[in-house]
Amino acid sequence: MSQDTKTEAKKYPTPQGNPESQPFWDAAKDGKFMIKRCKACGEAHYFPRSICPLCFSDDTVWEESAGEGEIYTFSLMRKSATGPYAIGWVTLKEGPSLQTNFVDCDLKALKIGQKVKVVFKPTDGAPLPFFTPV
Amino acid sequence: MSIKGKAYIAGIYEHPTRHAPDKSLAQLHAEVAKGALDDAGLTHADVDGYFCAGDSPGLWSMVDYMGLKPRHVDSTETGGCSYIIHLGHAAQAIAAGKCSVALITLAGKPRTSVMPPRGFGAEMDFELAYGATTHNAYAMCAMRHMHDYGTTSEQLAWIKVAASHHAQYNEHAMLRDVVTVEDVLNSPMISDPLHRMDCCVVSDGGGALIVTTAEIAKSLKKPLVRLIGHGEAMKGPRGGKDLELTYSAGVWSGPRAFEEAGITPKDIKYASIYDSFTITVLMQLEDIGFCKKGEGGKFVADGNLISGVGKLPFNTDGGGLCSNHPVNRGGMTKILEAVRQLRGEAHPKVQVPNCDLAIAHGTGGLLGVRHAASTAILERV
Ligand SMILES: [Zn+2]
Repeated sequence: MSQDTKTEAKKYPTPQGNPESQPFWDAAKDGKFMIKRCKACGEAHYFPRSICPLCFSDDTVWEESAGEGEIYTFSLMRKSATGPYAIGWVTLKEGPSLQTNFVDCDLKALKIGQKVKVVFKPTDGAPLPFFTPV
Repeated sequence: MSIKGKAYIAGIYEHPTRHAPDKSLAQLHAEVAKGALDDAGLTHADVDGYFCAGDSPGLWSMVDYMGLKPRHVDSTETGGCSYIIHLGHAAQAIAAGKCSVALITLAGKPRTSVMPPRGFGAEMDFELAYGATTHNAYAMCAMRHMHDYGTTSEQLAWIKVAASHHAQYNEHAMLRDVVTVEDVLNSPMISDPLHRMDCCVVSDGGGALIVTTAEIAKSLKKPLVRLIGHGEAMKGPRGGKDLELTYSAGVWSGPRAFEEAGITPKDIKYASIYDSFTITVLMQLEDIGFCKKGEGGKFVADGNLISGVGKLPFNTDGGGLCSNHPVNRGGMTKILEAVRQLRGEAHPKVQVPNCDLAIAHGTGGLLGVRHAASTAILERV
């Protein structure tokens, strides 16, 4: 996936990163959306941890997600200091659900179950993952 | 081992203010502490246990400010339900002989001072940018609940309507006008599908509790109210694998409390249910067992929560939706009104006749992200 070229007026916070999450942000700079998978229980999880939150094994590995999923739920926040925005949870094809905003679309046309894919938006550091309808 | 019947609520106080530009934060905590001690007929020298949460200026700061000499302290912080958890922890400490007069305070002034930003842990980089707020986090639960169970905005509105029927009798309530389902639906959309009237008030103020032993409670003048069951639980997306936003941690805290009390939801005469938003009430009623999952909409409709009208009188002070939601934390006021009902001290227009069993249940944090829940079952002896 390439970094989305559309620019938005909204300024997003720069990920701070830490030794545990740095590979995620390094990959994001290359347009890759990474999740963690546990080799002990076989499950993928998000956000990424070094120890699996499901079985507590430390045998976890990075995996590139297809970046595809569907909307589990959402809400359109009608007013904010930076204008309206749609927050939601997306369930990835690989299983885990994650919190996000929906971008580059008609925010009033969002629906639960709608297919979406990841797009990255720039910050002053590593880009951040967002989702947009397919 | 159980805390059943080991601890009594001997003193309660709700600050009458809803707007306190002329008071300091520590002062508000001390004022509610004094109010609850006066109500109990005790003094601050009697206090040997102190409980406070994230709204306080700090545990050791408040202990020193109030001149307390506790031998047991607890600053468990679980947002709005902290004080319901504190009540259970105070009962444990009393049962174990670690303290005999526990003071629990809540106070703050979100209307007249800057509130600290919500704290983040390891999830910060993966969530901060997406702007989860109380409004949209609860709205996301409502959206999914409507999708899965056909819950409607009209049904949610009935919860606000019931609260407003009660608030008209509370002279301290911020919103005393009785509203209709149409009024709620016609109020501006804040975060779909929640309208402005689906949201609680923002108020300065606070409240406090005195929890004590059976022996001390019986030596005082107030009607006897004791804790007979308590539960607490937490819930989060757990790596994104447990995201199920149509139920809360109340599915665990509620049954734990009922089991300890040895009663069922059918036995409850009055319910204080956390009402940060209408959807919060609807989900909690399902989760702690007043109706089946998905049937909360039908349960709350047609005035079923209105005292004297419906089967389950709830939040007879007007709740957070109409009366008071001090520091954006509604757990304390939930306990206070339950105790008033059990004492027979609620407003006569909303007093439940012969009220001997009540529940105070709350959540804290963001229901649509990660949160805690706590349930307290109270009995008039
Ligand atoms: Zn695992």
